[in-house]
Amino acid sequence: MPAMRPSRPIGILGYGAYIPRYRLQASEVARVWHGGQDHVPIAQKAVAGPDEDAITMAVEAARNALARAGIAGERLQAVWVGSESHPYAVKPSSTIVAEALGAGPLALAADVEFACKAGSEALQMAVALVGSGMADCALAIGADTAQGRPADELEYTAGSGAAAFVVGLADEAVALLEGSVSYVSDTPDFFRRGQEHYPRHGGRFTGEPGYFAHVLAAGRELLSSLGRSPADYAYVVLHQPNPKFPARAAAELGFRPEQWQPGLLVDRIGNTYAASSLLGLTAVLDRAEPGERVFFVSFGSGAGSDALSLVVTEKLPLRRHQAPATASYIARQQLLDYATYARFRGKIAL
Amino acid sequence: MALQLPREWRWRQERYRLIGGRCRRCGQAFFPHREICPRCLGEDVAKEQFSGRGRVYSYATVYKAPVGFEEYVPYVVALVQLEEGALVAAQLTDVDPTEVQIGMPVECVLRRWRTNGPDGNIIYGYKFRPRLES
Amino acid sequence: MAGSADVFAIGVGQVPVGEHWELSIRDLAVEAGRRALADAGLARVGAVYVGNMLAPTVNGQQHLGALVASWLGQRQAEAVTVEAACGSGGAALRQGYLSIRSGAHEAVLVLGVEKMTDCVNGTTTAALAMAADAEYEAGLGLSFVAINALLMRRYMYEFGVPRQAFARFAVLAHANALGNPMAMFRKEVSVAEYMRAPFVADPIGLLDSSPMADGAAAVVLASGELARSLGRGQVRVAGSAVATDYLALHDRLDPLDLVAVRVSTARALGQAGLSITDVSFFEPHDAFTVMAVLCLEACGFAGRGEACALAARGHFDRGGALPICTMGGLKARGHPVGATGVYQAVEAVLQLRQEAGACQVQGAKVGLIQNVGGSGATAITHVLVRE
Repeated sequence: MPAMRPSRPIGILGYGAYIPRYRLQASEVARVWHGGQDHVPIAQKAVAGPDEDAITMAVEAARNALARAGIAGERLQAVWVGSESHPYAVKPSSTIVAEALGAGPLALAADVEFACKAGSEALQMAVALVGSGMADCALAIGADTAQGRPADELEYTAGSGAAAFVVGLADEAVALLEGSVSYVSDTPDFFRRGQEHYPRHGGRFTGEPGYFAHVLAAGRELLSSLGRSPADYAYVVLHQPNPKFPARAAAELGFRPEQWQPGLLVDRIGNTYAASSLLGLTAVLDRAEPGERVFFVSFGSGAGSDALSLVVTEKLPLRRHQAPATASYIARQQLLDYATYARFRGKIAL
Repeated sequence: MALQLPREWRWRQERYRLIGGRCRRCGQAFFPHREICPRCLGEDVAKEQFSGRGRVYSYATVYKAPVGFEEYVPYVVALVQLEEGALVAAQLTDVDPTEVQIGMPVECVLRRWRTNGPDGNIIYGYKFRPRLES
Repeated sequence: MAGSADVFAIGVGQVPVGEHWELSIRDLAVEAGRRALADAGLARVGAVYVGNMLAPTVNGQQHLGALVASWLGQRQAEAVTVEAACGSGGAALRQGYLSIRSGAHEAVLVLGVEKMTDCVNGTTTAALAMAADAEYEAGLGLSFVAINALLMRRYMYEFGVPRQAFARFAVLAHANALGNPMAMFRKEVSVAEYMRAPFVADPIGLLDSSPMADGAAAVVLASGELARSLGRGQVRVAGSAVATDYLALHDRLDPLDLVAVRVSTARALGQAGLSITDVSFFEPHDAFTVMAVLCLEACGFAGRGEACALAARGHFDRGGALPICTMGGLKARGHPVGATGVYQAVEAVLQLRQEAGACQVQGAKVGLIQNVGGSGATAITHVLVRE
């Protein structure tokens, strides 16, 4: 099957990152729950402050994206927010975000849920809307304050962050979309029931049938349908629930470490779920040069992957300094002890 | 807690986007917007979305919180003087009380103010944090 | 108001300020009212003005005017509640003054009452924050203490005054309360204790703050003709003025300049034909030490930035040039918010009648009392003189 391509040339007009200030070191989790005797997957994860949630983080990432796009919020014709931690079960995050950005009222707005793929799914929706000619400007956001059950291995990595992308016409784009592939199947590797606070996961079942099956299939399909090889790309960004999975998947696709390392942030901020692969993409766009290509594959449990191929335009170097670099959010950090973390994230019943 | 949905909803644009006012006669900027200029009493005023950049004019650290704000204690409240000249009362966020000084550059962010209990609405609005380097 | 009646304070009554677990808001009001009527030697008044701030939220009771009047044996009297946040008592006094001055009544009862200890959680704190701007201060987490703390921090910064300099106001208030049997705190505090006390809203510590308390106080006002016929013409209310300002600090062009205080003081002294140098003692609204400082400076008793230095020299002590908080002030007598303005009036009458006991200011002839609502949004100033 050929890759999906827009009906007219489109791309990313602006991108924005947000990572909260607080960090919890994995060694602190291991100290509290495992007597310090556990293999920790990453160094630390980003933790939202007590007054933050997916909405507030989405707004800051989106404001950064609009700043880089050089447009006002009122030009947005769609605002889509992907998250598995929408603050309301019923009441869209997206209308709050749109109001804060000055978007609408004549606009589309909706919340998207697809585990860690919710943000890239929103991006695909924006691509479809603009690529079809139905609208000229759409915003896609991935934002999460992910929660792992205390003492569960997810608690090491379940982090907080947001990334936003303004999709529009090619002549104003900082990166052009060349094509995409989306790949889904019914795979119950990870889920959370409606009234539950914490998810359940399938342990090692999340690996081969989950992450690898979908990321590799979507990635291979996109390379093959575009007639490209990994050597055509300067960067590859994959969903990053831990450092091992994306490194192994990228290697299996034929990429080299220097292609994936710039976009691999999980060791310093954890798995930010719907923002995870998208934040990797912002980090790469912070450094990519005109003409360089970026290969992107997300993954969401349940399960599916979106693979996109982008090429950077000469506008990127002029726009990237209009908002804080992803690296500057990563550098801004305040370590928490486990007690403060538990308090911030509502894990202590009052 | 009582749901005051209309009352909280009414201010959404002003709270989400820091929209205040400016007097066309004397140039004074003020927050919130109002029909009569607080400086010259002129009535030719216009709404204005402020930059969100400013400096701490005064601050205090709250240790005994009113109902609804207990989960944030200790938190810092401040008067912020915006670049446009208006003063705004707000919470500071992402900051340790010991870091704050009068004159410190800050910028506006959207954060939760409070929630109306676990099943009530969430109220969002402006806060200020130490300015990030862009 | 040429030709209008002079106003005399002919009777006073008060209950001890404190935690009255067994007394309700009406019990407190009735007790203070009966004492004032007995002191005046009067059974009936034409009107009852009740100053109160918190009853609707803390006690679940509106309509205190009729409630208090009827339970005081004043059925059929005109009666209303007057509200101006922590200035409610002073505002009720102002209404009583206008009522006599206009000739509408020959005698009225002004009564301030507050029952703050009826709720056991943070409800009272949240209710007090209603003195501030609900949409732009209280609604986003600024407690009433925090608002005053913003003033104090800015004052320390602008005038280079260390926090410790404010301690003197707490120390003198507690020292003065020792001789007042109605005071909540009859014990001295030291500068060291002030510095050790925990913060409520840094830089405001526990000993910068007046305490929550229950209390009721009452004053009978009468026309000169009636006062003289009762042999109660010793204390005249020579000036009465109210001025207002924005509720929110950020709406004021200079938050440290309490414009309403400045203006109401000038108006009240002007009516009395007096100047600040004629004042024998001053009862400021020292809800927080910084409010005492800002009020002293706005009135003109101290230059801007100079009140703490004057205090350090003993200027405001009982034997100093201008005694303040002569019976403990809000800090040590206690601050049952809507009653406070009437307590100030009762204390001024006692001073001018030379009945203040161990608290007596020698030679007191002119007393200035000042009740403030919010962080300076309402300022009510009265001048009482000994005839």
